[in-house]
Amino acid sequence: MREIHVGEITKAVKDLAIRSNMELGEDVLKAFEQGLEQEESPTGRDILKHLIENARIAREERIPMCQDTGLAVVFVEIGQEVHLVGGSLREAIEEGVRQGYEEGYLRKSVCHPFTRQNTGDNTPAIIHVDLVPGDRLKLIFAPKGGGSENMSRVTMLTPAVGIQGVKEFVIQRVKEMGPNPCPPTIIGVGIGGTFEVAALLAKKALLRPLGSVNPDAELAPLEKGWLEEINRLGIGPQGLGGRITSLAVHINMMPCHIASLPVAVNIQCHAARHKETEL
Amino acid sequence: MQEAIRLTTPLKSEDVDKLRIGDRVLLNGIVYTARDAAHKRLIQLIEAGEPLPFDVEGQVIYYVGPSPAKPGQAVGAAGPTTSYRMDAYAPTLIERGLKGMIGKGKRNDAVKDAMQNHKAVYFAAIGGAGALMAKSILSADIIAYPELGPEAIRKLEVKNFPVIVANDAHGGDLYEEGAKAYAR
Repeated sequence: MREIHVGEITKAVKDLAIRSNMELGEDVLKAFEQGLEQEESPTGRDILKHLIENARIAREERIPMCQDTGLAVVFVEIGQEVHLVGGSLREAIEEGVRQGYEEGYLRKSVCHPFTRQNTGDNTPAIIHVDLVPGDRLKLIFAPKGGGSENMSRVTMLTPAVGIQGVKEFVIQRVKEMGPNPCPPTIIGVGIGGTFEVAALLAKKALLRPLGSVNPDAELAPLEKGWLEEINRLGIGPQGLGGRITSLAVHINMMPCHIASLPVAVNIQCHAARHKETEL
Repeated sequence: MQEAIRLTTPLKSEDVDKLRIGDRVLLNGIVYTARDAAHKRLIQLIEAGEPLPFDVEGQVIYYVGPSPAKPGQAVGAAGPTTSYRMDAYAPTLIERGLKGMIGKGKRNDAVKDAMQNHKAVYFAAIGGAGALMAKSILSADIIAYPELGPEAIRKLEVKNFPVIVANDAHGGDLYEEGAKAYAR
């Protein structure tokens, strides 16, 4: 067994919270640049240029790229050979979130569902834990903004609708939500599993680097075709009209019940933030 | 691309009347922040017949909940939040003289009708460009509801704050017309 002190987890989460909100990934910046080449609308081009400039200011001046610094979504992969010492995993992560959001001047955006009273420290975090082989511990920090999350949906389709039905649901969703989730967006799609797993598959699909090809030969052409269709809708950057409505469609799929076809669409705004580290 | 129009708040009906969808505008002067929780309180005050924390006549409200300012900064990141959540409240404020709103995303028919009837305009700011937009904010003072944290009402002094006219006072809607123009 390899021992890891939970204090290390707190430190790592704090660092990831701050960096993820200030340093947009190179893959996203590259997608902006490519979008700029393809965008036909002058307003759309202007917006993409502003987004590139915004990312530069955030990184250099150490301020969040977006004021919505999100709910703290943390994916943890724990090796079976790891023994955590010094306290609870959940508390260690929460403490990292508390410190990161305070010291990084990040916005606290968590509240009671009815009274809307802010919890004051951006906890509780949303934590997903996976047990994996090995003696390492991987942390992925993916702050998620409210605007794009609000536009996401899970549905249970009738199996007979097949690929065509899933595609229609996804594209209809993008069309209906229009400008609200801050396009250009990334569309995470989860197909199969159960009601809750479809949503998690969709969220995990958002973590895949932009520009990467889906390793599943069945899904790769779907991602390409659906993206082309979405970018013919005309919604464009910020929904003010244009070509580049989405930067990518990412699909995760797994088997499901013989009676079911669960589908989830998780929308990611252009501030597609996630950073990871391994302990 | 056409030159941006410079406007200074408070806005008059004549200022608003000239604007058309797609116009790029640089706002100067005072802008007030309010989002979900603050709007709810403003409307409750109006319903109770009590005075508002600021006179909305001619003013512009920015739908934003900024991130905290670092020492030496006026404000942290300060991009717009999605506006439809304020649709239930906006017509009441427009009827009382509110001339402009800054946010992102479509408005409903009730808001668009109020804008036409009372000469008001809806500006889109670039969602998610919070670091960039903070550059145009010179000062930020909380004037009401400090207990709401990021949702407190702030008085912002802005300089050349970049926005685009998304809905004008003549029924124009850039979200509808822009998407139609580029749909294939």
